[in-house]
Order: sequence, then C-alpha cells, then structure tokens
Amino acid sequence: MSIIEIKGLHKVYDGKSLPVYAVNGIDIKIEAGEFTAVVGPSGSGKTTLLNIVGGLDEPTEGEVFIDGVKITGLSGKEKTDFRMKNIGFVFQAYNLIPVFTAKENVEFILHLQGKPKAERERRTKELLEAVGLGDRMDSRPNKLSGGQQQRVAVARALASKPKFILADEPTANLDSKSTDNLLEIMEKLNREENITFLFSTHDQRVVSKARRVITIQDGVVVSDIRK
Amino acid sequence: MISSFAWRNLWRNKLRSFVIITAVTLGIFAGIFLMAFMNGMVNDRVQTIIGTEISHIQIHRPGFMDSDLFTLRIANADSVVNVVNKIPGVSAATKRIVINSMAASAETGTGVKITGIDPENEKKVTSLYTKIIEGRYLDATGKNPIVIGETLAKKLKVGLKNKIIITVQDVNNNITGGAFRVVGIYRTDNNMFDEANVYVRNSDISALSGLDGKEAHEVAILLNNNDATEAAGKAVAACFPQLEVKDWLKISPEAGYLVSAMDQYMYIFMVVILLALCFGIINTMLMVIMERVRELGMLMAIGMNKLKVFMMIMLETVFLSLTGGVLGIVGGYFVTRYFEHAGINLYFWKEAFASMGYSAMVYPVIEPGTMIIVTIMVIVTGIFSSLYPAYKALKLNPSQAIRS
Ligand SMILES: Nc1ncnc2c1ncn2[C@@H]1O[C@H](COP(=O)(O)OP(=O)(O)O)[C@@H](O)[C@H]1O
Ligand SMILES: [Mg+2]
Repeated sequence: MSIIEIKGLHKVYDGKSLPVYAVNGIDIKIEAGEFTAVVGPSGSGKTTLLNIVGGLDEPTEGEVFIDGVKITGLSGKEKTDFRMKNIGFVFQAYNLIPVFTAKENVEFILHLQGKPKAERERRTKELLEAVGLGDRMDSRPNKLSGGQQQRVAVARALASKPKFILADEPTANLDSKSTDNLLEIMEKLNREENITFLFSTHDQRVVSKARRVITIQDGVVVSDIRK
Repeated sequence: MISSFAWRNLWRNKLRSFVIITAVTLGIFAGIFLMAFMNGMVNDRVQTIIGTEISHIQIHRPGFMDSDLFTLRIANADSVVNVVNKIPGVSAATKRIVINSMAASAETGTGVKITGIDPENEKKVTSLYTKIIEGRYLDATGKNPIVIGETLAKKLKVGLKNKIIITVQDVNNNITGGAFRVVGIYRTDNNMFDEANVYVRNSDISALSGLDGKEAHEVAILLNNNDATEAAGKAVAACFPQLEVKDWLKISPEAGYLVSAMDQYMYIFMVVILLALCFGIINTMLMVIMERVRELGMLMAIGMNKLKVFMMIMLETVFLSLTGGVLGIVGGYFVTRYFEHAGINLYFWKEAFASMGYSAMVYPVIEPGTMIIVTIMVIVTGIFSSLYPAYKALKLNPSQAIRS
C-alpha cells in the first residue's frame, strides 16, 4: 500500500473575478521511504497540492489517502488529530514558536501528543542531536540562523514519528550553504531511518538531490521521474 | 506547557502589555480606593449617628417615638438604667427627658428638641461633651444651663451667657416657660442635627414641667460594639416587656440603608470600571491575534487542536488582566491601609460635607470580604474578555493563515 495516494485531485479557488484552477486533475502515489521533490514555477499549484495532502485544506474534487486512510472529507477536528499523529510539517518561513527554545519547540509536539515528560526530554535531545543542534538546545529561534531554525523545524516534524514529512519550499529562505546542510540531514534521515519526504521547491540544486522529481505546471503533472 | 507558552506570549510586545496592564492596575486601584473611601465616609457617618445622635438602643413607652407625647413616660427610669447596665454587651445607659418645643431668644424663636440629660451618665453614652467648641458641657453648677448647637446659636443670634426662653407644657397641661443660660455651644458633623437639638439638665427640665425627677421619656444604651446590637437588643427587650425597645437600625433606618446603598453603588462603579477595562483588553488581544495569524496557523497545522488554541488565548488574556488586577488590588489594599490610619483631610469641602452630615476627615476602610469579591470580579472580567479574542483565533483557517 502506498503511503500517500492522490486520486483525481482538483482545487478551484474563487478568484477575484474568475475562478482559479490551482490543481487541475492530479494522480500521484508515493511509497514509503521515497525522497520526492514537487517542482514547478511559482503559482503552479505546489502549495495547494501539499496543503491538501497535509490535511490543511479540502480539495474541490478528488481524494487523498494516507496509509490507506481517506483524509479528504474528515472533519476539522479529525484532521487536526490526524495531522498531529501522522504528518510532520516543515514550512518555508515562520516555522518555530519564537517564545520557546529549540528544545521546547520540539518538545511541544510531544506535549500535544500527551507523551510523558521523561520520554519528551529523551526524544527531543535525540532529535536535536540528529540534526546537529545538540549544543543549541536552549537557544530561542531569534538566536539561531535560518538554517539552524529550519533544522529545528525538521527535528520537530520528526518528533511525532510521522508517516512522512511534508515540506513546502523548506530551503526558499536559506543561503546555499544552509540549503546543502539541510538537504544533507534530510537525505541522511531518509537513508538511515527510512523517513519519507515530500517537499516542494523551485531551486534546481535542491531538485538534483531528490530521488524522485514530480514536475507540475498549471496544476497538472507534466513529468514524474525516478532517478 | 500551554500556560508557560501563554505567559511568555504576554511579554512579546512589552510596551503594549505594559500599557494595558497599567490601565488595569490604575482602574482597579482607583476602584478599590474609592470603595474604601466611600465606605470610610459611611462608616464614620454611622458611627456619628450612633455615638452622637441615637446610641445603639433606646427604650420608650410604646407609642412615644411616633407621637412624642409628653405623657408617655417611663416611671422608674433609674431602675431601668440599673437593670440595663447589668446586661452583657452594654457599655453604659442613661435616662432622658425629651420634649419638642419652642426656644426663643430676644431676636427670634424656633422649634427645637429639648433633651434633659444626666450630664455625667450622658458622657458615658454619647460623645456630645467632646463636641463642645465654645464654653463648657453641662454640670451640676449654675442655674438652668443649656448647651446648644452652633447652627442654632447663629439662627437665634445668641452666644455664651445669653438667655433663651424655653416654652413647655407641664404635667397639668399648662403652658409654662423658663429662662436658660447658654453655657456651651457644640458642633457635630451634622448641621441639621445641631440646629434642632438642645441639651439641659434633667433636673431643671423636670422642675420646669412639674415632674418628680425619677421619670424619663427615653433610656439610651451604648453597647461595646455594633455587632452586639441584635443580641443585646433582645436581652433588653426581654427585661422590659411593657416597653418598646428599638435598636439604631430601626430608629434610623437611613443609617442601615446608607450602608447597603453605598455598597451597591460601589459595586456598580466597579462593574463600570471593569467593563471599560474589558474593552481595552479585548482590543489588545484582537491585535495580538492579528499579528500572530501565521503562527496560529502553524500551530493548528502541526496539530494543536481548537480547545488548546482557545485555552492558550484565554490564558494569555487572563494573565494580562490578572497581572494588572493583582497589582491594582495589592496597591489599593496597601494605600487604603495607610490612609485608614492617616486619614484624608478634605478640609476644603468641610462646609459641604457638614451640611450633609459627613465629617471632612475621611478614614478609608476596606473589608476583606470586599477584597475577595473584587478579586473574583477581576478574574471573571479576564475570562469574559478572553472569550471573543479566543473565538476569533478559532475561526482561522490554517492553510490560509500560513499563506498570509
Ligand atoms: N486562497 C486563494 N484564493 C485564490 N487563489 C489562490 C488562493 N491560494 C492560491 N491561489 C492561486 O492558486 C494558484 C496556485 O497557488 P500555489 O498553490 O500557492 O502555487 P505555488 O505554491 O506553486 O506557488 C496561484 O495562481 C494562486 O494565485
Ligand atoms: Mg507555494
């Protein structure tokens, strides 16, 4: 069974005058352990697609299954719960809670999941060490570089042991060194821990690191290449 | 973690939080202080009513209080005083003759209430002797001495040593008059009282109206404290089933009303302050939410459910209100406690206060019960103010919020 299955997906927004066809009939299957980039120019529908896959938005038409569970059509409450338990999110910008330290940001997810204190502490430490921030646990986001913040975000996304990690343009705000560094960590997690990643980008260098590249344009898939 | 999150959020925009916390602090401080001030004024007025004007308990023949009939006399007033003095809670008792009549000077005349007192016993019951501003209090010396209020002295245009003619009815229903010499002029905080009440020796007025000196219209009783009123009142009434026993709350219901009405006004006042603060808090929190749309979207995206988002905003609002509330309550309490002893002298408005029967020296007092109620009101305000902002936060759509 695929970890993500997208069937006949359409999303139409009410534009100012005309309707906007942001996603226009997309079918994709993603298997566990894949390292997939969704590529396309700005406005091609990447965010819309990822938001629907992540259970943040409802499609106009079509269905999304996560590990066999149909998430489209779930109630808001069910979706929130599903996201918390099954999906790790990394966003382009504004990722972290500014009043929390790196450690607390990661711990917060585990707190939402109701994990006991000892387990939270242990796992948070493990994860931050895995993203190379074992020594910055008590720093607040404003004391961390963009790359470091994004690595905290990856650690946080992993904290809940999600089925996959969804990252909408995770490197768009990073310089090239931080981008390389972040991708290295993501690749390593994918290789060693078999973590499934689905991320969007329009950065060629990021695309070159992906092992599967799905290109979309005007809301439709124009190519889907496995390397 | 949610409460620590909310608490830290409170300090993200220090200036804004500081401004609203200061507003809450000042509002509540002012509310408490004003409550204490009014309470102090009312307490003082009530103490004056008891201490100078009516004492705690009075005994009369049934019907005297309504009719002031000269004939409704307690025959053996001295033995009544002796019995009363043995009742627990009683500090002192004294007998009085009370006649509503005319007082005239060379210039003019007016209606007054003449009270014939036992000067030494009266001292133990009322504070009249401390209110003398000119001349002296009544004693055994001199012939037909009289003590009158300052306002009456002005009205009759008399001073110390001047004569006043008092006209009364005697036991045989004949009109008879007597000349009294002014030996003292008193002033209480109540101008109207001062204008209407004159004091003479019980023995002098008895002689003038043909009484034997053992009779009296009234026995006034001072208790050790106000709280003893009900118990002592019952005990006194039990001793004298033929007589009418009334406590200060019944004799002067306005004193009781004063206390309860002032209480109500003060709570209304507090509610108005809190309502105004409530709008300020709501406004601040709506700004907070506008600023944090993306962060809230992110929190919902990573799985923070609505209940937790609601709780977080509510806690932040309650913290905001309570920080100011606690400062205001504590500040109000200590400042009140300071002035409870030092007093506030409103000398400037002395005349206006006196015409209403109030002292210009105010000692604010706040009861612990009031503090508790105010604290509860502040907490309720915090929770109430949080509802709308928290509801607004819930209405956010995470996918839109993150994009914004
Ligand atoms: N809430 C919305 N209302 C109307 N149009 C929208 C909305 N969100 C996105 N769009 C439009 O949908 C299209 C796809 O947007 P998006 O998914 O953000 O693309 P990408 O992430 O690839 O840049 C764009 O034309 C965008 O303007
Ligand atoms: Mg996008």
